[in-house]
Amino acid sequence: MTDLLIDIGLSRGLAVLIAKTLGVFALATVGLLWTFFCIWAERKVAARFQDRLGPNRAGPFGLVQTVADAIKIILKEDIMHQGVDRWVFNLAPILSVMSVLLIWVVIPFTPTLIGVDLSIGVLYLFAVGSLGSIAILMAGWSSNNKFALLGAFRAVAQLISYEVPMALAMLVPVVLAGSMSTQDIVRSQHVMYLIAAPLTVLIFIIASMAELGRAPFDILEAESELVAGYQTEYSGFKFGLFYVGEFLHAFTVGLLIAVLFLGGWRGPFAEDVPALGFVYLLLKSFVGYFVVMWIRMTLPRVRVDQILDLGWKFLVPLSLVNLIVVAFLWKILPGTDSITSVGDALVPSLVLLAANILMIAGVGVLLREEGRRERARIMARRAAQPVSEPGSVADTAPAGAGD
Amino acid sequence: MTVNEWIFVGLFLALAWLLPATPIILAKFLAPKRPNPIKQQVYECGVETMGNTWVQFRAQYYIYALVFLLFDVEIVFLFPWALAYNKLGLFALFEVVVFVVLLVVALLYTWRKRALEWSS
Repeated sequence: MTDLLIDIGLSRGLAVLIAKTLGVFALATVGLLWTFFCIWAERKVAARFQDRLGPNRAGPFGLVQTVADAIKIILKEDIMHQGVDRWVFNLAPILSVMSVLLIWVVIPFTPTLIGVDLSIGVLYLFAVGSLGSIAILMAGWSSNNKFALLGAFRAVAQLISYEVPMALAMLVPVVLAGSMSTQDIVRSQHVMYLIAAPLTVLIFIIASMAELGRAPFDILEAESELVAGYQTEYSGFKFGLFYVGEFLHAFTVGLLIAVLFLGGWRGPFAEDVPALGFVYLLLKSFVGYFVVMWIRMTLPRVRVDQILDLGWKFLVPLSLVNLIVVAFLWKILPGTDSITSVGDALVPSLVLLAANILMIAGVGVLLREEGRRERARIMARRAAQPVSEPGSVADTAPAGAGD
Repeated sequence: MTVNEWIFVGLFLALAWLLPATPIILAKFLAPKRPNPIKQQVYECGVETMGNTWVQFRAQYYIYALVFLLFDVEIVFLFPWALAYNKLGLFALFEVVVFVVLLVVALLYTWRKRALEWSS
């Protein structure tokens, strides 16, 4: 593209500028349109999990169902109820999509194709990722609705709690690669970081699920308690944009898992045929996306106090320990500062894998002990109040009571 | 390659704002607009809303936000360390361990003070 423009007779700087500008346009548009496919894929997979067929009427395999939905939703009345803070109310859905779309700038699709290869890529991811919580707070605050406000409060408490372990998990690939550029992180994964840091991947997935605000961490829009949380009062395409933002975010989490831990576009012959790298990245991100969907379909909702406990009392200390252990081993293992091939990376990766398995086993033992103690506490409480019927509110005392 | 790469991030920012805004503007022309007082009531499950929406909220949220701030700053300090880690000696690790331990002590303090309990 750049060469073509230079051939026409443009100066190099201008050619780069035009080519990149067009590239950015294409990336933003494709990223947003990709959501159509994501929503279809997720509905299809969700249907299979629940032993249904899912969308299958519009187009082959129901592929254009999402397009039909989009056309329908754009024709729906956009109700502005009384007492809304108009500006904030209108900006919130846009911001929620924007915060996700901005992540795509630093995703390396092939060895050469990347929006902008920022030297501070991971820090950028961290910064942009936290914009989403502002969008949710804006939506809840401006809605003039108590459900929306409560949902927004919960959402922000949850999102900021899980941002800490997520950022600490993202630091591990930075330590291993010695660079914050996402392209460098992919390049340095001669052995994918999933092997070297499986515990980090687990932490990252849990924290990302919470950042997504979906089941099992969907207290911010818990239907049985808060109607629809922060988006209760939204209708028409503004609601649609929240929907788009959520699904695009879910896929983007898959992309991030693929880039940071599964080796991005790396694979056989990817260096020679860039298009192949794109296919690898897509396949890997769908693996990540599928895991996210799988967890969503399988686990029930977690209580609000349990979510915050899991974040602060479990994931934060664990991710700190994990970071220090990985960093320590990476320093004392010989030859880790000059890895150029699979052979160099294999031994350190396997040592780290062994250390990670040990850590996971240790955490498992700790969790089992804690589980036993918790069960004993519940049994003691039950014994103290023999009158309460089984499954009555007394068993789940703290719940979301009075937040 | 003299063009600053941040220009494109800025451009993308504008686009990422504009593209979602387009359907909202489009819907303004396409969608019907027939407001009436009943329709525009606040939706609270059919019950008429009582009093002000922006009620007092739990102080607990504030404490979580404070603890978050502490760790957010910590992470900002950890990023340059992680970046330069391969070029630093083993001593850099111990320095960071001291730094992290200080913060873990702070976390333990808030934990012991029962500031991390939802229903206190």
